[in-house]
Amino acid sequence: MGPMQQSRIGSEFAMRPKVIFKFRLYIAGDAPNSAQALANLTALCRAHFADRHEIEIVDVFREPKRALTDGIFMTPTLVKLAPSPVQMIVGTLSQTQIVLHALRLESVAP
Amino acid sequence: MKPVQSPLMKVSTKAQTGIAGFDEITGGGLPHGRTTLLVGGPGSGKTVLALQILVHGAWECKEPGIFVAFEENSKRIVANAESFGWKLAELQRKKLFFMDIQPMPDLVQSGDFDFGGMLAALEAKSKETKARRIVFDALDVILTLLPDEAARRREIYRLHEWLLARELTGLITLKADEGYINAMSQSPFGFMHFIVDCTVLLSNSVILGVSQRNMRVQKYRGSSFDEDELPFVIGKNGFEVAAVHTPSRVDAEVTSERISSGVERLDTMLGGGYYRGASVLITGFSGTAKTTLSGAFADAACQRGERTLFVSFDSDGSEVIRNLASVGIRLDRYVKSGCLRMISARTITGSAETFLVRIKTLAKEHRARCLVIDPVSTWSKAGNALTARSVAERLIDWSKAGGTTLVCTSLLDEMSSQSEGSSSLQISKIADTWIHLNYLLQAGERNRGLSIIKSRGTAHSNQVRELILSDSGVTLTDTYTAGGEVLMGALRWQKERADRVANEVNEVAAKLKRVRLDAEEAELEVRVKSLQTELLAKQVEKELLIHTTESRKGEISQGLTRMEELRGADATKPDRK
Repeated sequence: MGPMQQSRIGSEFAMRPKVIFKFRLYIAGDAPNSAQALANLTALCRAHFADRHEIEIVDVFREPKRALTDGIFMTPTLVKLAPSPVQMIVGTLSQTQIVLHALRLESVAP
Repeated sequence: MKPVQSPLMKVSTKAQTGIAGFDEITGGGLPHGRTTLLVGGPGSGKTVLALQILVHGAWECKEPGIFVAFEENSKRIVANAESFGWKLAELQRKKLFFMDIQPMPDLVQSGDFDFGGMLAALEAKSKETKARRIVFDALDVILTLLPDEAARRREIYRLHEWLLARELTGLITLKADEGYINAMSQSPFGFMHFIVDCTVLLSNSVILGVSQRNMRVQKYRGSSFDEDELPFVIGKNGFEVAAVHTPSRVDAEVTSERISSGVERLDTMLGGGYYRGASVLITGFSGTAKTTLSGAFADAACQRGERTLFVSFDSDGSEVIRNLASVGIRLDRYVKSGCLRMISARTITGSAETFLVRIKTLAKEHRARCLVIDPVSTWSKAGNALTARSVAERLIDWSKAGGTTLVCTSLLDEMSSQSEGSSSLQISKIADTWIHLNYLLQAGERNRGLSIIKSRGTAHSNQVRELILSDSGVTLTDTYTAGGEVLMGALRWQKERADRVANEVNEVAAKLKRVRLDAEEAELEVRVKSLQTELLAKQVEKELLIHTTESRKGEISQGLTRMEELRGADATKPDRK
């Protein structure tokens, strides 16, 4: 496994059991759209799931086998792993409403 | 299959495709280590062609391949290709790999993206498999997902650069209709044509209800290629492109062996029969015994124990056998023994190309040394007019290359052409021997006349012979020429009989005359004898007369002297000696 960035922002401060939003973002090196997606995702999480999310970042250029085994051909691709169902969205994630809708997060996002 | 090498081309620069005809028109195959674009409408055979190139690379060129499927699921592709006999299951273990990249129908996108993931995955896969050939089937499917033209260009560039950097032989297929092909540079992916090294267009059109598939190499950087649109078929073993000038044509072995045509007199007329490996064309109107003549050939071939394929477009195989049995050609025994195979091709529909491919396949299966096609003119039926001729040419080339003796019949259209042999296929020009059958309509009778219009490398009779069919077989007879007219049938028979009678009469008359002359001669001889006798008598009489006269003179002179003496006459009379 290559380097994997994991951020657990604020989850250890949780006072009561709450839903953790797990995301995995596939990026392609330093491609501008990948960087943009990462920025957009971070901002979105900060705004909506401030202390209850995890983001795993996979760089397909560093881990090409992951792209192959996970079937990720378009980058950037965001996968919402939890809560179920697993959802996927491709692109820079620039339109927040579309992203929330696609990930079925409209109801849970404040 | 041996690599086809053009003397001008280094082998290493071409990725051999193994597709009959395609390697010939491109001088060896796809550009090696470069990218080729394959464009065609739906159902034009892009996927099959692409897959076949990978299969060939994997089996024959030690070049493992990756098939990236954007549209059709790879399982379906494999299932569809099952019938071609490429042993895909075996290949998939080590040399041929599929990658399914079908975008999910419910894919949500927000903003720009690229195919970094795909390139990464390909990188991993190609390293793992040591792939040398990659096919991107229906790349347009994912290209259309990109938000704008700039993004498409960027991604195509990236893909192309990636392929070039790894020196992979790439083949990208794109769906496009006719209009697209015509206005290529304006189309959404037109720009691809400029970056790739080779572009191949496939088209599938329907002419008068017959499907015609065509292929054209539109560009090929750094190589000469056949620029014409060429028909192709997807046959039993995959793609086959109709390249007219196959190298095998040059190397066709020439033999001077003669084989019987099945009709003794015809063999004589041809100076010993057809040449082995020759192509024979029998033309004639409907009912002129074309089938019978070709049946006789098949019969003779089977008698020699040569495997023969008889393709009948007109009627059912069993019908042909029954009909031929009525003229003493019994083919059923050879069908039973397996020497002869009858194919009823009446049910085969499709383009002339399809016919050719099927016949080739059948002939190969049967290992036929002799091939009869009755009639070949079916090919030029509606919709095939353009291609039929080149198909016929290639049929002849092919049979020659394999040393197969080919007998084709061609039906002439009584309405369109009375001039003999202006067959719409015009294969008469390339056939080695051309036999024409005709009706001679005389005195309320139709009789069959046979003439050899040409026979290459053979002294052949220039005479029209009458073809006679009887339950004991096919025979040829001399026609009767009288007063510059050719007589056949009953007229010939009548004329012959009349001649016989006339001869008898003449003979009798001559005999009679001889007798009469004999009599006259005898009579004359008798007359000569009697005249001779008379002559003799006259001569005797004449002598006698002379004699008497002289003796009388003597008597008289003596008497006078005596008298004078007696009278004592004067001795000095001057008038007496």
